[in-house]
Amino acid sequence: MARRRLDLTFPPRQATKAIAYHLVKDYDLVPNFLRAQIQPGQQGRMLVEVSGKKESIDAAIAFLGEEGITVAEAASDLDLDEGRCVVCGLCTAVCKPGALTLATGDYALVFDKDKCVYCEACVVACPRRAVTLTF
Amino acid sequence: MAKSWEEINARIASGEAVVVTAEEFAEIAKADGVTAAARKVDVVTTGTFGPMCSSGVFLNFGHSDPPIKMGTITLNDVPASGGLAAVDTYLGVTEPSLTKGIEYGGAHVIEDLLAGKAVRLKATGPGTDCYPRTEIDTWVTLEELNQAYFFNPRNAYQNYAVAVNSSDRTVFTYLGPLLPRLGNATFCSAGALSPLLNDPTYRTIGVGTRCFVAGAPGYVAWEGTQHNPNQTRDDHGVPVAPAGTIAVIADLKAASPEFFSAATFTGYGVSSFVGIGVPIPVLDEEIAETLALTDADIQATIIDYGVATRSRPSFGRVTYAQLRSGEITIEGRKVPTGPISSLPKARRIAQVLKEWVGERRWTLAPPLQPLPQPGSQAFKPLEIRNEEAV
Repeated sequence: MARRRLDLTFPPRQATKAIAYHLVKDYDLVPNFLRAQIQPGQQGRMLVEVSGKKESIDAAIAFLGEEGITVAEAASDLDLDEGRCVVCGLCTAVCKPGALTLATGDYALVFDKDKCVYCEACVVACPRRAVTLTF
Repeated sequence: MAKSWEEINARIASGEAVVVTAEEFAEIAKADGVTAAARKVDVVTTGTFGPMCSSGVFLNFGHSDPPIKMGTITLNDVPASGGLAAVDTYLGVTEPSLTKGIEYGGAHVIEDLLAGKAVRLKATGPGTDCYPRTEIDTWVTLEELNQAYFFNPRNAYQNYAVAVNSSDRTVFTYLGPLLPRLGNATFCSAGALSPLLNDPTYRTIGVGTRCFVAGAPGYVAWEGTQHNPNQTRDDHGVPVAPAGTIAVIADLKAASPEFFSAATFTGYGVSSFVGIGVPIPVLDEEIAETLALTDADIQATIIDYGVATRSRPSFGRVTYAQLRSGEITIEGRKVPTGPISSLPKARRIAQVLKEWVGERRWTLAPPLQPLPQPGSQAFKPLEIRNEEAV
């Protein structure tokens, strides 16, 4: 089993296509949609985590490409401005998936990108406005 | 075994004083015992870096030509008090901007001044014989101000509540967003490093005590507002809920942006992180006992902020060690925790203060006047009533 996080950009004409159906039925993948911005007639964007066989994921990516969808590996979308952060730790109190934690010992802020579901709770909570999410 | 202030100061002056942080002292006491630790160590330094809403600065702008008696005053669109002499003002950290709301407030103006940025000053006045000007629009920098000093009416709270929310919706508080149905717990104290938790009955911290204020050398000016020495205390005499506070004064021009940071709490308002540290002399074993306490010994009370009343219900007490573990148990449920007071910054403050006392030879002085002691004064609420009921 493999797991990858994909950043999908849909051209306006494709923005209403039911890709979840194809990912599940045709490629036996388990998609987990983390973020999505879909408006009919406009360019859409989706952050999806897919789990399944490695070759199935590769085939699904090829399919998405044929459908005119731009596929990229999800980049680090959570940006922590260390110059602003005072390591108060409040973001760790609202991070349900446990992506933001404080290290034992030195209490440094640790971000585990794999656990982040891009819910923006930290963005809202941060009193220093040090966290931004690009997508 | 007892050491006098004079003996400790003589050791500081000669460069022989043993100065350690409260965390280091606890380790020495654990290894060698409290008696040996008290004999060995002369001064213990403390530190805290949490949001402290009751903070602000007095500023004097100097006089323009012709002069103005400033009535309404804004700095970068943030209102400041016009209720003082012609060109004096007080800017409180929680004041929101007229144009940007709580995303920019008094604390952000102070942060910009500290960073050396020019700040736009606008004011209007009534126009009088001695102050004929009625309007001014100019730019000021920290360097050019005649005086600029912190006067923070309430800092370094001695302990604080642990905040949870039992309601069905997220509540936005000065302790951060509290998730519904006990979804999280936030807390705000440096625990074993916190100044007043290390001197729980205010034996050494009082009016005139030298302290670290936002990176500047400052003084305890008075008891802080809402100072409540009568709070419930544990077997060590340490309060288990918000108790004592101090008002502090220090030169803004000597402060550092490293130890003062503006804050915006979504759905609540503006505040500021203020770094405070106080050196505590190890006078005897009694004070050494409380200096040796660790986060495992200090408790805080869990309060339900989902209930918007003055007296909120409690879910009992937990220790700071439990809170720091990232999870506490409330009524059998595991609740994730997160701090609001920065422990890395608190540690840094205690280290800086260690250098000030040890290397810069900052001698200490007994309080000129003690803070109100346990049993000395009541903490009163505000009743809503009409004139006849007074």
